[in-house]
Parts: sequence; structure tokens; C-alpha cells
Amino acid sequence: MMMSEENELSHHFEITGGDFGNAGRTSTSIKEILQEIGIDPSIIVRAAIASYEAEMNVVMYAQRAVLTLSITPEKLHFRLEDEGPGIENIDMAMQEGFSTATDEMREMGFGAGMGLPNIKKNADEFEISSTPGKGTSLKITICLDKTKKK
Amino acid sequence: MTLKEVKEFLQAEVINGEDCLDLEITFAGGSDLMSDVLAFGKPGILLLTGLSNAQSVRTANIIDAKAIVYVRGKKPDKMGIEIAKEKGIPLLSTKYMMYTACGLLFSHGLPGVSGLSPKK
Repeated sequence: MMMSEENELSHHFEITGGDFGNAGRTSTSIKEILQEIGIDPSIIVRAAIASYEAEMNVVMYAQRAVLTLSITPEKLHFRLEDEGPGIENIDMAMQEGFSTATDEMREMGFGAGMGLPNIKKNADEFEISSTPGKGTSLKITICLDKTKKK
Repeated sequence: MTLKEVKEFLQAEVINGEDCLDLEITFAGGSDLMSDVLAFGKPGILLLTGLSNAQSVRTANIIDAKAIVYVRGKKPDKMGIEIAKEKGIPLLSTKYMMYTACGLLFSHGLPGVSGLSPKK
């Protein structure tokens, strides 16, 4: 945990691609952190789902990633930078049901093409950018003010 | 419906949470696809699934599911059981197939996820 700016807490998590045994551990830790600081449970579920889907994408497709969670009094901000194959066509990847998953991924209960759309659904702000052959970057913001919740 | 009634209706075996059988269950959903559970599940759900790896328990924890029932006689793997014990998630296993297990609970009055159930 780091204090990067006044009133901002930052946590960094490293996620390893292909490590199916530990898949979900980072999101579980994030959920615990948010519970400990007393974030509203309805917001915690949205944050946990968004981070879990993002984490599973790294485990399934990338080599490694760093996920940074910054918490301010107003919002939760997730920034994920992965090293991996990237996404050729982001518009296609954002469509529900579009997937390039392997059988192994589907056996884990994932790879149905719901991940990115579900992250967007749970976020108040969502940005994705990708360079094929290098990696993908996600920015997810969830407002803590319940009047602004989705 | 209590978890004890779920256990009786489904003739289920309790794998974790024998002391949680008085939990009140108000709705349920069934899927082997964790992506769908994350997209359509709601906190408090009783999750019926045939997916027996640790991701079923991790997904249940992420969405604040009340308990998991494994169908088709499946049982979670060792890591799944460990996570369930740590997080206090009751786990049951029934020999019924998914369709029958869901039908039995529905016919005893347990509805599906709010907003996605048929109108009466």
C-alpha cells in the first residue's frame, strides 16, 4: 500500500498469465481491502466483478500484468497494464459473445465473450487501448458517491 | 427456504458449512459458465453449478453468493473447499442434474434472480 497523493491510497498487484490455480486471488484481495475500509457493499461487488474479469483476461490471454488500485474519497480507479498479444479489434472484443478462448479457458467457466462488456457494465468510466503484439491497457473508474452509481 | 430445506429437497450432501443450514435462501440461479454468473448473478444468490474447480467458489465469493450447490454429483476440488472454508461459503452436492435440481427448488417456491423470472 502506498500514499501517492494526499487522500489517495494505492495498491499494486502482479498477475501472472497462465496461472489458472491462482486466478481470482488478486480480485479476492481487492474485495477484502475494500471491505476493510468500509466501502458500500453494492460498490464492492461491482469493483470485485470488474477486477475479477480483468484478472481472468490476463490469466487467459496475457503473459503478465500489473493492476493498480487507487482509492480516493470520491472514486475507485483501476489501471491494468498487461504484456501480451493485445487485441486486434477492440470493437469486436467489446461485443457480448465474441471470444477467442481455448477449450482450457472454457473448462474454467470463462471465455464466453462476456468479460470486457461486463467490466464496462460495472464501471462508471471505462477506457481500453491495445497494441497488437505488445499488450492491453484498461482504465476502470467506479464512483463512490451512490447517487452517481449505475 | 432455508439451506436445510434445499439440502432435503435435493437430497444433497453438505461438503462445507454444516453449521450454516439455517441460512435463509431467497433466490437461486444455475449456470456452469462463471462469466454468466458474474454478469447476471446478484448478491445473496444460491448458485447451482456443475463447474467443480476453484473458480466456482471464487466467483461465488466475488458476487457474495450465499451458498453453492454442485449438481450431477460433482464436488469441488481441494482448493475450492479451502477457499470456501476460509470465506465461510456453504457447499452442497446433489446427484440431480441441473435441470431437475433447479426445477425441484423452483417448484418448492424458490424463485430465480429478481427481474429475470417469469411473471406469475
